[in-house]
Amino acid sequence: MSKLTLDSLRKLREEKQRSLALRDSENKDVQVVVGMGTCGIAAGAKDTFGAIVDIIAEKGLTNVLVRQTGCMGLCHSEPTVEVVVPGMPAIIYGKVDVDVARRIVDEHIIGHKLLDNHICDRPAVDIIH
Amino acid sequence: MAFKNYILVCGGTACDSGRGVELTEALRREIEAAGIAEDIQIVRTGCLGFCEKGPIVKVLPEGTFYVSVKPEDAQEIVKEHLVKGRVVDRLLYNHKQGKSLVGVEGIDFYQKQFRIVLRNCGVIDPTKIEDYIARDGYKALEKVLFEMKPDQVIDEVLRSGLRGRGGAGFPTGKKWQFAAAQPAGQKYMVCNADEGDPGAYMDRSTLEGDPHSILEAMTIAGYSIGASKGFIYIRAEYPLAIKRLETAIAASHEYGLLGENILGSGFSFDIELRFGAGAFVCGEETALLASIEGERGMPRPRPPFPAVKGLWGRPTVINNVETLANIPVIILKGADWFNKIGTEDSKGTKVFALTGKVKNTGLIEVPMGTTLREIIFDIGGGIKDDRKFKAAQSGGPSGGMIPPQYLDVPIDYGALAKIGSIMGSGGLIVMDETDCIPDIAKFYLDFTVDESCGKCAPCRIGGRKLLNYLGRICEGRGTLEDIENMRKISDAMCRASLCGLGQTASNPVRSSLTYFMDEYLEHINEGKCRAGKCKKLIRYKIDPEKCKGCTLCARNCPVNAISGSVKQPHVIDQSKCIKCGACFDKCKFNAISRG
Repeated sequence: MSKLTLDSLRKLREEKQRSLALRDSENKDVQVVVGMGTCGIAAGAKDTFGAIVDIIAEKGLTNVLVRQTGCMGLCHSEPTVEVVVPGMPAIIYGKVDVDVARRIVDEHIIGHKLLDNHICDRPAVDIIH
Repeated sequence: MAFKNYILVCGGTACDSGRGVELTEALRREIEAAGIAEDIQIVRTGCLGFCEKGPIVKVLPEGTFYVSVKPEDAQEIVKEHLVKGRVVDRLLYNHKQGKSLVGVEGIDFYQKQFRIVLRNCGVIDPTKIEDYIARDGYKALEKVLFEMKPDQVIDEVLRSGLRGRGGAGFPTGKKWQFAAAQPAGQKYMVCNADEGDPGAYMDRSTLEGDPHSILEAMTIAGYSIGASKGFIYIRAEYPLAIKRLETAIAASHEYGLLGENILGSGFSFDIELRFGAGAFVCGEETALLASIEGERGMPRPRPPFPAVKGLWGRPTVINNVETLANIPVIILKGADWFNKIGTEDSKGTKVFALTGKVKNTGLIEVPMGTTLREIIFDIGGGIKDDRKFKAAQSGGPSGGMIPPQYLDVPIDYGALAKIGSIMGSGGLIVMDETDCIPDIAKFYLDFTVDESCGKCAPCRIGGRKLLNYLGRICEGRGTLEDIENMRKISDAMCRASLCGLGQTASNPVRSSLTYFMDEYLEHINEGKCRAGKCKKLIRYKIDPEKCKGCTLCARNCPVNAISGSVKQPHVIDQSKCIKCGACFDKCKFNAISRG
């Protein structure tokens, strides 16, 4: 990437905004976002992240993008994972260990059903749109 | 095929005890009866946090939020809402003004949090600069570099009313103004990321979750004060935050958002990291500067203030991580937007790391003026195990203990100072009835004595003396004279210490002597610790009437102090007992007493 100028920065922002809005990068329409702050990692988020990547590969799912993010603020239920599947509401799961991760892939992403006992709420509606 | 609707039923303990399980079953029966079971999934969730109004039922995707739902209401929810698409008004949360609200957006409880600093935390991938750019990242920098003069930027920050979030609350715009007013030449912009209070992790989470917001803010600050060089002073104990910062700095360089001639504006600015070895005193600005220079981290008297004579004798602005994270939003949304949030005295929001004996620990951001009660009982979900709230400590070891009678004080700089605490950097530790106040004061003093640099006598000697007195009180050897002496030493430390560490170190003692004198007196006069924390003052005893001789206590005693044969009352050998409380916790028959 060469150095940005004012115009190229604005162009890049527009492009990225569009791809974020579509939640579609490289033809992947399902997103799994794992909270990987120190709090999440201490609670095992690295294992969760690894497991999700492995299970997705194992199932041959090519439309799932696994991303990391920082602390979602729900430290009491780390590791936290957000799952966004088209046609379904975005859901945040808490206390996601390897077993729960497998269930998320099987039940939520493949079966389009939500998981019992692990759903959390986003702490606040975001202000910057 | 995805479902048409999802019904989320809160499965937290509080909602369950409010017949949540029965409610789930009732809903399930009703959707089957209505013949729509294939379109709707019923899910039990973790605690949704709004325990006060439980059981909670949320219908997705529209997000309708029903409160205090009884099993008898299931039929109406299914028939009206899910079949006919008509929201059941009577089950909605009634707003104070008497109008009911459909979604969570309008509910007070969910509006208590307001994320400015944490806007991107938990949303973007912190290792991808593109994610940040897509969320209006570097747009404030654009605006500043191409549309604003340095003094306009400073004016905007001044008018926003933003005050330093590191603890002391000095107006950020003023700091910038002082440094900008110094003659041109080498100036420095420093970010203080030396977060060191026990229980505080706001800055770490911000840096880990949104590192570019800090880089952008520092560049804006650099432009405003005429600095071309910035340092982030971060403790080496934050390896992940350091890694993410390094990634972010490298990406910014690659994109030309740091370095020479940023975005072709002609302005150049660069940022380097400096690692601290984890000394609490290095959060104090003059000690921090000494540490960056390679000297021993010790404070020096002010004035001259760093804005006049800072790093290597040059004008330097030092801002805390959270303070800086506000800057891009202030620039983009304007000072007038920002200064409408919060109270007269304190504008904007504050991030707290909510920990201790609270159900939902977490990283929260609330507008200034929110009360402690709202934070602990609404956002935090109340006290763990439904015990009684005793006190909250804001500001870590430099803050004071806030007793139950001040739970409704709005959180801002002035109001907290009035009740003997400080805003501090945002650690908020909640204590319940099982915490002993003198013991907690001792814990904090132990920390500050350990972290005192020893340069000035009031802090070095005063802190040690206070700790000794507290130690004696906790062992039941304290006297009333000790209390008087503690008061005198505390006052002297406040007035005469060189830096903020010593000036605030006695706050836990001062505030607890004001609000919890009865507990100190109990320790001194009656040799009693009501919380059962002070080991020297407690004795565990087995009531032979209640003891069934199950041997559980004897098997769990780590020092074999309990003897007795099966089905016979057991006895604790007091000379061997280390008062760990294992037997007390294990006994199923309440046969063991503590007193």
